[in-house]
Amino acid sequence: MAEIVSNKKVGAYNHMGFSVGEIANSCKPGNFVAIAVGGENSQLVLRRAFAIYRTFDRGSSGGLLEIVVAPHGAGSIWLTNQVPGTKIDLIAPLGTAFGIPTEPVRALLVGGGYGSAPLFGLSEVLKNRGCRVDMVLGASTAMKIYAPLDGKRSVSSLTITTEDGSTGTAGKVTDVLAEIIESSSVDIIYSCGPMGMLEAINKIAVDLNVVHQCSIEESMACGIGVCMTCVLPIKGEDGVIRMLRSCIDGPVVDGESVIWDSKRTIPEGTWGAN
Amino acid sequence: MFNYQTSLGQAEFENPIFTASGCAGSGKELSQFFDLTQLGAVVTKSIMLKARSGRATPRMAETPSGMLNSIGLQGPGIDQFLEVDIPWLREQGATIVVSIAGESAEDYAVLARKLRAVPGLTALEVNISCPNVENRGQVFACHPASARAAIEAVRRNIGGELPIIAKLTPDVTSIVEIAQEVVAAGADSIALINTVLGMVIDTNTMRPKLAGKTGGLSGPAIRPIAVRAIYQVHEAMPHVKILGMGGVSSGRDAFELILAGASAVSVGTATFGNPLAVIKVKEELKTELIEHGFDSLREAVGYAHRSEGSLF
Repeated sequence: MAEIVSNKKVGAYNHMGFSVGEIANSCKPGNFVAIAVGGENSQLVLRRAFAIYRTFDRGSSGGLLEIVVAPHGAGSIWLTNQVPGTKIDLIAPLGTAFGIPTEPVRALLVGGGYGSAPLFGLSEVLKNRGCRVDMVLGASTAMKIYAPLDGKRSVSSLTITTEDGSTGTAGKVTDVLAEIIESSSVDIIYSCGPMGMLEAINKIAVDLNVVHQCSIEESMACGIGVCMTCVLPIKGEDGVIRMLRSCIDGPVVDGESVIWDSKRTIPEGTWGAN
Repeated sequence: MFNYQTSLGQAEFENPIFTASGCAGSGKELSQFFDLTQLGAVVTKSIMLKARSGRATPRMAETPSGMLNSIGLQGPGIDQFLEVDIPWLREQGATIVVSIAGESAEDYAVLARKLRAVPGLTALEVNISCPNVENRGQVFACHPASARAAIEAVRRNIGGELPIIAKLTPDVTSIVEIAQEVVAAGADSIALINTVLGMVIDTNTMRPKLAGKTGGLSGPAIRPIAVRAIYQVHEAMPHVKILGMGGVSSGRDAFELILAGASAVSVGTATFGNPLAVIKVKEELKTELIEHGFDSLREAVGYAHRSEGSLF
């Protein structure tokens, strides 16, 4: 159990902190948490998954873990209504983390909506490795851009796009990517956000021959690898497409390995397709 | 000293709480959370003859007190399963119940032949009721004749040693008729219930939410269906042991299935919400039984069937 230590409204989202003890030390950017919602007699039987925004080791008072929640469904609304002091059933860390290059490279981080959350922790790690970090955040409207002040400090440049033009450049993140990739000579893109956005980013990454790591998602029941619901068709190094679990084999995967255009079908040639 | 042991056919178990097939993989992921030897048995995800990709996504939709899934039996196929998963489970010292599924009676026969000489297995669950295959007609357990054919194929090929547990669907007109048929065909015990066929329509896209359109409903929402099915089959064949499952997430829930007539209980969907659910149910059920004055699990099996006149 983890106690809620903070719950603040930030734009359209809630920024929530949990006291998690030693767990904080084993969390890496890209990992996620799974939280039981609705209380003991809830009709919500499944946990909700949230990307970790950042973690702190606070010495004797134990570790702190923070997430960004968009209250849009019954579970997330319940969670954002909980007050500090409440004990929450939380499992962490889960999933694979973003791969960190061994040498200093030029990285571009792209986030959609609250998908920006795990990118700030990633940016800090990259910066500490001597990487140049540019960031692009996009959303439908200004309220849905999540870009806290202290997060911004870790990036060399921040470009914001909104579809309604209420802040930053009017349009989508993909409208500004190519130019930044070229002007900053980007070596690697890290992305997190809706699947449609990740697919569009991947097209650009492939065209411009830039490595692309993205944090994917698919309807998930367990988060620990047993239920087999959150699978996606992913091509392995051996060229074989397999239905892999986004919770354990992901959520961070190589964008080029994902079969993006398979919408609601099993791609031909997938291992075990019949 | 409370006696928690139980049996299904000739198979003996240290305690009555198992994982449910398809809700624990082959145990590896859950072993990060607890020692698998604490379970009455690990029931593996139903394995088929060949590797299988399963259905397209989305495969899952949460529903009131439950969820709909349409995995479609994704798995590596029996050969890799026997090479990788079974040796690993044996190394852990787990009590192993292998679950199998086929597309034809012949598939079941071949699977049984591949399993008959495998050491370290305690029982075989024959899943003839998975709703997530392309053709709904492939649900053997919907028809007495096809249910019988599948179980007979296993019986003829498995030899005398390994007890057969036939897993049935509640989506039939008479669960008792199917249960009697599979027992006549050689099943030693019955697993009740598989998921219930359902559908969710996304009101934003105005199409079925799952790529496979239909899915199997599980979780607390279906527990009364499980209790009813177990009660009916136990009433008709009190000598046939039942592995009960369906929406169990607490000791109280498991106790309900035991009272209806289950000799052991599998925990499935609850594991998705709480990886430790199986252990929690095991501990809570024991407390529940002791608090109700039972000296053993066996005394409580089918206790809800006692006549109205009896005081206890």
